[in-house]
Amino acid sequence: MLDDFFFRALIAGVGVAIVAAPLGCFVVWRRLAYFGDTLSHAALLGVALAFLLELNITLAVFLVCAGVAVALVLLQRRATLSSDSLLGLLAHAALALGLVALAFMSSVRIDLMGFLFGDILAVSKFDILTIYLGGIGVLIVLAVVWHGLFAATVNPELAEAEGMRPHRSNLIFVLLMATVIAISMKIVGVLLITALLIIPAATARRFASGPEQMAVLAALFGAAAVVGGLFGSLNWDTPSGPSIVVAAVIFFVISLSPLAGLLRPKTERIKGETP
Amino acid sequence: MSVGSSALVTLENAGLEASGKWLVRGVDLTVDRGEIVTLIGPNGSGKSTTAKMALGVMKPTEGSAKRSAQLNIGYVPQRITVDWTLPLNVRRFMSLTRRIPSQSAHEALEMTGVAHLAEAEVRTLSGGEFQRVLLARALARKPDLLVLDEPVQGVDYTGEIALYELISRIRETLNCGILLISHDLHVVMAATNRVICLNGHVCCNGTPDVVVESDEYRRLFGDRAAAAIAIYRHDHDHTHLPDGRVRHADGSITDHCHPDDGHHAHEAVAADGDEGRHA
Repeated sequence: MLDDFFFRALIAGVGVAIVAAPLGCFVVWRRLAYFGDTLSHAALLGVALAFLLELNITLAVFLVCAGVAVALVLLQRRATLSSDSLLGLLAHAALALGLVALAFMSSVRIDLMGFLFGDILAVSKFDILTIYLGGIGVLIVLAVVWHGLFAATVNPELAEAEGMRPHRSNLIFVLLMATVIAISMKIVGVLLITALLIIPAATARRFASGPEQMAVLAALFGAAAVVGGLFGSLNWDTPSGPSIVVAAVIFFVISLSPLAGLLRPKTERIKGETP
Repeated sequence: MSVGSSALVTLENAGLEASGKWLVRGVDLTVDRGEIVTLIGPNGSGKSTTAKMALGVMKPTEGSAKRSAQLNIGYVPQRITVDWTLPLNVRRFMSLTRRIPSQSAHEALEMTGVAHLAEAEVRTLSGGEFQRVLLARALARKPDLLVLDEPVQGVDYTGEIALYELISRIRETLNCGILLISHDLHVVMAATNRVICLNGHVCCNGTPDVVVESDEYRRLFGDRAAAAIAIYRHDHDHTHLPDGRVRHADGSITDHCHPDDGHHAHEAVAADGDEGRHA
């Protein structure tokens, strides 16, 4: 079955969605959507470096993203600029550098569109292996740091005072983000990775009564969006990456409808129905 | 652990500088088991900063902060907002930093009078309710050291007194040390072993009686401060329960506390700071 390109795309896409969704929850809770954007912009610089130094693309993207993420964590600690300015600065510096570097390599023909919007239908068996090995690694680490990371998200000072290590959790979190971006770039492209992180999480928020539940629901919504998007793309001959995002948005819109309200947790519903 | 001392936490000449300005300086402080140490002082006097140095959240720029090994801390921060994007109910919040058995969580919520809110989403709570949940969460950890930064802000008046009574009871049942930051001078004076009066540095410190008599204290808080003490220096003939009801000396329980309901041995306490006319 793995010989069928469409089936490979499905397997790869669902894997990425399931890994991205729990991290996406933290992106939503911590209001880090811009952070996801910054890392994915930096990914393009990683692509350029991979061609320049003849490295594995996924590895190069991970290294650049991790570098940018750690730089950001360090800069935030000695904040002289606001976080959003720092993010914008780093994002566009990395994007511009990446584009300039790519332009220099006139000898190599690079499918820039493929990196910007993803090329899920060209996923190889090796890509699937990378996604699943990397993804399982990410999920295991996330499960280990989950409790501490969640406490640090609610209130870092409280977490630290009561014996947890929020700084360490934050560092691990940004490295996990870098990994997810490296392995999902080929699926949806650098411009749409953030969508795969935050839209399923935002959809799940309406139905979840606890953080763990929200992560699982987000993974389900993400996987459903990949399946829906890919079939849509096949059916109407639309680009696959954007189609997945459109499917995710459709789920989000449905979650806002009154019908979806019936599925929401009881306490929430009572609140919602009082005029 | 520091030599020859059983102190849970010790600050020695501790000070913190941030962007060229000393937030607080020269603080000496120890908290022992079974002791309530209260920090008082005007806004910006460095109370919260001092607490954070004691907690280890902030590292003193000068001096030192030592905590005994394996210290189990319960912390009620001054300000905490839970983002509305977080799906978090009270039950899950109780286990935020360490898993708490649901029995202990329930008991702690019961003590602070909010057991009925266990399933409520944290962001839907009122300020006072959330404050009670915060206190319950810190208590449920069965800490060696409780650090309470304005623990009753936003709590209604009767609840406030009940919570302070709970805090002072907790010290005995858990045999923990308590570092308390409070604006409620009268309550502070009634339950505290030691008071440290801050204003960027330690103005004065000692037992409540000593501090109240000091000139620095009077200068900082004025005559109102002395008056506050007088009101609360009397024997209580009734107890405010956490849920707002009142248990009287004769064992009966009523919803409210009226001076002329026959349960009281004394008339209303004069609010002007007189010693009151107690039986």
